[in-house]
Amino acid sequence: MSRQSTRRTALTALAATVALTLAACGAKSGETSTATTAAATADTTGGTVKVGLLNSLSGTMAISEVTVRDSLLLAVEQINASGGVLGKKIEPVSEDGASDWPTFAEKAQKLISVDKVAATFGGWTSASRKQMLPVFEKNKALLFYPVQYEGLEASPYIFYTGATTNQQIIPALDYLKGEGKKTLFLVGSDYVFPRTANKEIRAYAEANGMTVVDEQYKPLGNTEFSAIVDKIKSSKPDAVFNTLNGDSNVAFWKQYKSVGLEAATTPVMSVSIAEEEAKAIGPQYLSGQLVAWNYYMTTDTPKNKEFVAAYKAKYGEDKPTSDPMEAAYVSVFLWKAMVEKAGSFDVEKVKAAADGITFDAPEGLVTVDGSNQHIAKTARIGKIGDDGTITEVWNSGKPIEPDPFLKTYDWAAGLS
Amino acid sequence: MSALDRLTRPGPLRAALGFGLGALVLLVVAPATLSQFRLDLLAKYLCFGIVAVGIGLAWGRGGMLTLGQGVYFGIGAYAMAMHLKLAQTPPGELPDFMQLYGEVTELPLWWQPFRQASVAVPATVLLPMLVAFVLGQAVFRRRIKGPYFAILSQALAAAMAILIVGQQGTTGGTNGLTDITSFFGYDLGDPVNRTTVYVVVAVCLLGCLAVARQLMQSRYGELLVAVRDAPERVRFLGYDPANVQTFAYTVAAGMAGLAGAMFVCAVQAINPASIDIVPSIAFVIGVAVGGRATLLGPALGAIGVAWLTTAASEALADRWTYIQGGLFILVVAFLPNGLASLPRVVGDAVRRRPAEVTS
Repeated sequence: MSRQSTRRTALTALAATVALTLAACGAKSGETSTATTAAATADTTGGTVKVGLLNSLSGTMAISEVTVRDSLLLAVEQINASGGVLGKKIEPVSEDGASDWPTFAEKAQKLISVDKVAATFGGWTSASRKQMLPVFEKNKALLFYPVQYEGLEASPYIFYTGATTNQQIIPALDYLKGEGKKTLFLVGSDYVFPRTANKEIRAYAEANGMTVVDEQYKPLGNTEFSAIVDKIKSSKPDAVFNTLNGDSNVAFWKQYKSVGLEAATTPVMSVSIAEEEAKAIGPQYLSGQLVAWNYYMTTDTPKNKEFVAAYKAKYGEDKPTSDPMEAAYVSVFLWKAMVEKAGSFDVEKVKAAADGITFDAPEGLVTVDGSNQHIAKTARIGKIGDDGTITEVWNSGKPIEPDPFLKTYDWAAGLS
Repeated sequence: MSALDRLTRPGPLRAALGFGLGALVLLVVAPATLSQFRLDLLAKYLCFGIVAVGIGLAWGRGGMLTLGQGVYFGIGAYAMAMHLKLAQTPPGELPDFMQLYGEVTELPLWWQPFRQASVAVPATVLLPMLVAFVLGQAVFRRRIKGPYFAILSQALAAAMAILIVGQQGTTGGTNGLTDITSFFGYDLGDPVNRTTVYVVVAVCLLGCLAVARQLMQSRYGELLVAVRDAPERVRFLGYDPANVQTFAYTVAAGMAGLAGAMFVCAVQAINPASIDIVPSIAFVIGVAVGGRATLLGPALGAIGVAWLTTAASEALADRWTYIQGGLFILVVAFLPNGLASLPRVVGDAVRRRPAEVTS
């Protein structure tokens, strides 16, 4: 082929592109006068109201998030059985976030603009929440996020029904302090929650006469912990604070035990190990270790007995319930209560009605704080038994008011 | 020769016709028929298509199986995201996540250049090309190829993701850079501006296809294929295979960087999970499904796989991964040269049949 003709082709092509681009832009800007801007309007015209369930059903997070989805479905089923919300049955639309953060944003947008859901429930990792946050704010749509997280956030379009740090991490530290633990070793997965939590732990330790002897991170999914457990062994901390997430825990605990460390001498406080994870890691490795949550399957309330029985009846006798599952379950009932108080599915009216909404939850009474859209909940420290069940050894006595920015703690002044 | 013959025979006329048709579909038909939500998604798919065009050149034509295009995609994406993030931050303030994690009190030095659009925008393409050039010279001079090159490129993607995750205070860590609301002063929440972003992405894809075609048609394109198939012979003829390979690899990196920058505008966020090993391999899967050695195969494959992923996961939220896996197995087993080879394979099968009957 001659040079001449290729050049001519290229020029023709370029000219065509430019012309078409201009044509396309022109066409579009002409349309804008009639185009409506993207504000979320839930479709509530029929006999049902749609809600979105957005959880990872595939990928690394699926093991945890599928249980949350199941729990959400149970709540929807129970609400529908008792007449629905404002006389409308709830129609859940489930989407897979695929453990991929941009996918969460994509599916959130789909639920809002294609399915026209009244509210969306889901998300687990901080990264998925951060990715969804602008989508919900831009569309003025509601997200209920059910997992404990690192705090320092209060989006006007998100309700946080899991614990923020002053309802989980700080009570855990208070407990360790009360037990006379002076030196801490921090180990965590390398992502936002552990890094932020550890910063808060360091600030707390400094203000409370405790010392952090070391701070170690491993990438999510990493299974090589021999160097870290050796360091724990040689530095002899009074306690280890564990913010590892997911698969890494299995390897960490095996190697922790294999170098001869034990709960009696070097207890580990974990904030991401619940009943489901304890089962997967193996109770023989975890026996006697501590965890911090707001709910356990064994939590002694009448509501919890009903919740556990209903969950097992629907999904099987061997299925445990856990804190994030409970927080997800509660979130649907909180939304229902807000909608009924507002007398409308309208997002702004629902938000306005949120403050002071209470629900007699499996974890005990919870109350929505309208100022930051978190909920007041009771902190509970648990001990893992030989069979993997967790029993409470301490609780805060009453619900702790949420304080996502730690404004009421003097030692946290320099953190954000 | 009739006019119809000239249009359907391979050559500049057919290329121009095909190009015009592609432009018509992407720039007129798609915006007119798709909803805003689907158009936004298409913009994202087209970004993957741009990466795929580069991989088609480097791998399909040049034989360099690059499992780490996420690195260049990431450099382009972060360069653009850093600029957009700085542009929407009030003067004298730090971007939101830096205030949140509070590890730095002033903007890090390496963020400073990205304040200027005149630096950041060219950097989205030139920076990946520079890195690829240096790496390519180092690797190809030593005649590293095949699986060794693939492993090296993949390790690089992992290293970059881990580096970004570890520097939470200055890179946003796993969360990445999110909540990008404006694109050079235009509000990205406005559908008109989002459509404009789509059009820019589509034009970039068409431009990359044009560049790739010209390269494939040129003497350099012949040389690249020769280096892939018989590097020693090329060396005896007096060419340096390392330079030939480095050039294709660098062009591919530039396209990946451009795609990354466009991805940020389309998706309004970037995080390490989007540039890690898994997405890097996903790029290559799209290229393999489409047909790696053809011009359009890689782009169509990447766009098709991304579209199928969305469609399947919307239809069957529980089981869509099986559909995706099944497709890959089918293509690799029955169409090793990708879907682009489907017409030829079918044609061969049709032609063979009479022969079988007569024998």
